[in-house]
Amino acid sequence: MKIRGAEAVMRCLVAEQVHTIFGYPGGAIMPIYDALYDFRDTVNHVLVRHEQGAIHAAQGFARTSGEVGVCFATSGPGATNLITGLADAMIDSTPVVCVTGQVASHLLGTDAFQETDVIGISMPVTKWNIQITRAEDIAPALARAFYIARSGRPGPVLVDITKDAQFGMVEFTYEPCTKIRSYQPTPTVDKDDLKAAAELLNNAKKPYLLVGQGIYLSNAEKEVVAFAEKAGIPVASTLLGMGSFPADHPLYVGYLGMHGNYAPNVLTNECDVLLAVGMRFDDRVTGNVSRYAKQAKVIHIDIDKAELNKIVKAEVAVHADAKEALTLLTELVDKTEHRQWLQQFRDLEAVERNEVVNEAIHPQSEQLKMAEVVNLLSEKTDGKAIIVTDVGQHQMITSRYYKYKGHRNNVTSGGLGTMGFGLPAAIGAKLGNPKQTVVAIIGDGGFQMTIQELGTILQAKVDVKILILNNNFLGMVRQWQQLFFDRRYSFTEIVNPDFTAIAKGYSIKAVKITERKDVDQALDAMLNSEGAYLLEVVVEQEENVFPMVETGASVSEIRLN
Amino acid sequence: METVYNISVFTENSIGILNRITIIFTRRHLNIESITASESEVKDVYRYTIVVKTDLDQVMKVVAQIEKQVEVLKAFFHTNEQVVHQEIALYKIATESFVNGSTEKIIREYHARILTVDKEFTIIEKTGQPEELQELFNELDQYGVLEFVRSGRVAISKPMKTLETYLQELEA
Repeated sequence: MKIRGAEAVMRCLVAEQVHTIFGYPGGAIMPIYDALYDFRDTVNHVLVRHEQGAIHAAQGFARTSGEVGVCFATSGPGATNLITGLADAMIDSTPVVCVTGQVASHLLGTDAFQETDVIGISMPVTKWNIQITRAEDIAPALARAFYIARSGRPGPVLVDITKDAQFGMVEFTYEPCTKIRSYQPTPTVDKDDLKAAAELLNNAKKPYLLVGQGIYLSNAEKEVVAFAEKAGIPVASTLLGMGSFPADHPLYVGYLGMHGNYAPNVLTNECDVLLAVGMRFDDRVTGNVSRYAKQAKVIHIDIDKAELNKIVKAEVAVHADAKEALTLLTELVDKTEHRQWLQQFRDLEAVERNEVVNEAIHPQSEQLKMAEVVNLLSEKTDGKAIIVTDVGQHQMITSRYYKYKGHRNNVTSGGLGTMGFGLPAAIGAKLGNPKQTVVAIIGDGGFQMTIQELGTILQAKVDVKILILNNNFLGMVRQWQQLFFDRRYSFTEIVNPDFTAIAKGYSIKAVKITERKDVDQALDAMLNSEGAYLLEVVVEQEENVFPMVETGASVSEIRLN
Repeated sequence: METVYNISVFTENSIGILNRITIIFTRRHLNIESITASESEVKDVYRYTIVVKTDLDQVMKVVAQIEKQVEVLKAFFHTNEQVVHQEIALYKIATESFVNGSTEKIIREYHARILTVDKEFTIIEKTGQPEELQELFNELDQYGVLEFVRSGRVAISKPMKTLETYLQELEA
């Protein structure tokens, strides 16, 4: 029996076990929404308030569930509103499938109402995209879309379907895609590469392991711990890798990069073998790359071949899935300890504690500091809540002071640094892992970039705890203006609305605090509340995030204040 | 050091892949000197020859990014010494100058061919390397060239691994 292309879309999604879709209807995607109406008992469609919200929610969903996030948008502005999220998902390797409606095929290229070349526009920010003009092409395209989005280095895929293809009739069959000859997502590990890597590690006096999101993406969390314990190797994490190695593990030495911890940055330039797994040497991690780990022999393991030797030349480049490579490498390395070397990290950690951390989490200042709030939240949730952040100072503070111990509990916009990511991503994060407490930590600036998604929280009854760290500034830019632009605060001071009043307008419980004595109880009330909750904490206006690797400086020149 | 590299790309026959490939150059502020595309010896597999002037490090990264595209089967790069390459040029001259001048001699010397002779114009074709094509232009231009067009480069590498072998490896 023939069915409409639009119904074929829904059946494909069901076949791919999609149970949650984030979307927003419109003219060119109406046939699909009409088909969706018949699937509303099996598929949970979350109506967002803006398509950017849909894709960030799909990203949050993918990050906490390990599944592919799915979103729907209409043609023209609906599709272009997805672009920021596509770019974010592309650079942060997040599996997302976007289905966009398109004007009827005979109108393509005529500047029809709500026609835009979304294939052309989205090409640089998608792993793959395709335009479908015939109903019979829908199922094969969606099968490919899911396969491409989730395999290899994951990424976003966009499938643009013309309205006539949605209306077209097709005999439906669905075959999941398992192979595309021009696409080789699963590399075969070269055992010789691993032997060479093991030899370097076995002869190292100061080996050092850097982990990135690749650990999460290949589900190698156990394997990386087993490897590190056998090799006795200190472990540091990138922003997106945070939580893939437990923060309370004796071998964990901290957070890498511009606002990371002191020891892991400084000692990058002292290790003799640097093993990087599932990370891509972002410039926020390396600082000045010409003075980055020059003394070390580098071993780089990544599933994306194009990342190998892209930024840092590797002595041994291993094109492999992290889980497989780490399992094999664990067998090849000698059981060792590197106590003195590890002690060097602990010594520098003590320096950072004395000069930065103690004051940050137990400040003497009158005004509240972001770090003390995050630190207390970390203690109260035992590092196991899903933490979603936006972008800016609060994000760096959260990365520094939240002790991630959970599984897939770190959701943040890393590579793209997308302000406005936090609130919608938190909605998706909650739906991706409904049993976990989800706390969205957001600054007053970023919150207002996607504040409309409070409506989604209201309508879909999403239990998200929103913690606004409000300094009435676009804080990170202000910090740079203070440090590098002679305190010329050009348009970083921000006049804010009454956030609690806005939340209440959306029937979200909301509390604002300004004093230290109220923090403990306010966090408890937020965590123990049923349903969504907004807690606004007014913090010191001109607090700076330290340590900091300044632009052009080497990681070992990280400044403490 | 900047060198001329010949990048050969083998792709599936799909709409948009050319755009995906050129974006990789644009994004890195790299100018494509020439680009040609056509079906290869294998049905439905398209072959691009892209010429760029850049350094070894950059060309390696660019080729890695090209090969990363889902619909790209394989990409290689070679220096001029490692390939046999040709371009084709067409020259339109006035038939009058052809009859009256010494263009006939020039055409013979340069091993060019006459494609069409019309009452008013004559079209001449030459295949070769850019310098030779330019030289012929300069010679003919003494008598006036009405139109001149040169194709992008096509190149075949000297190493002997066939596309079929790669395809078999990919299918395995």
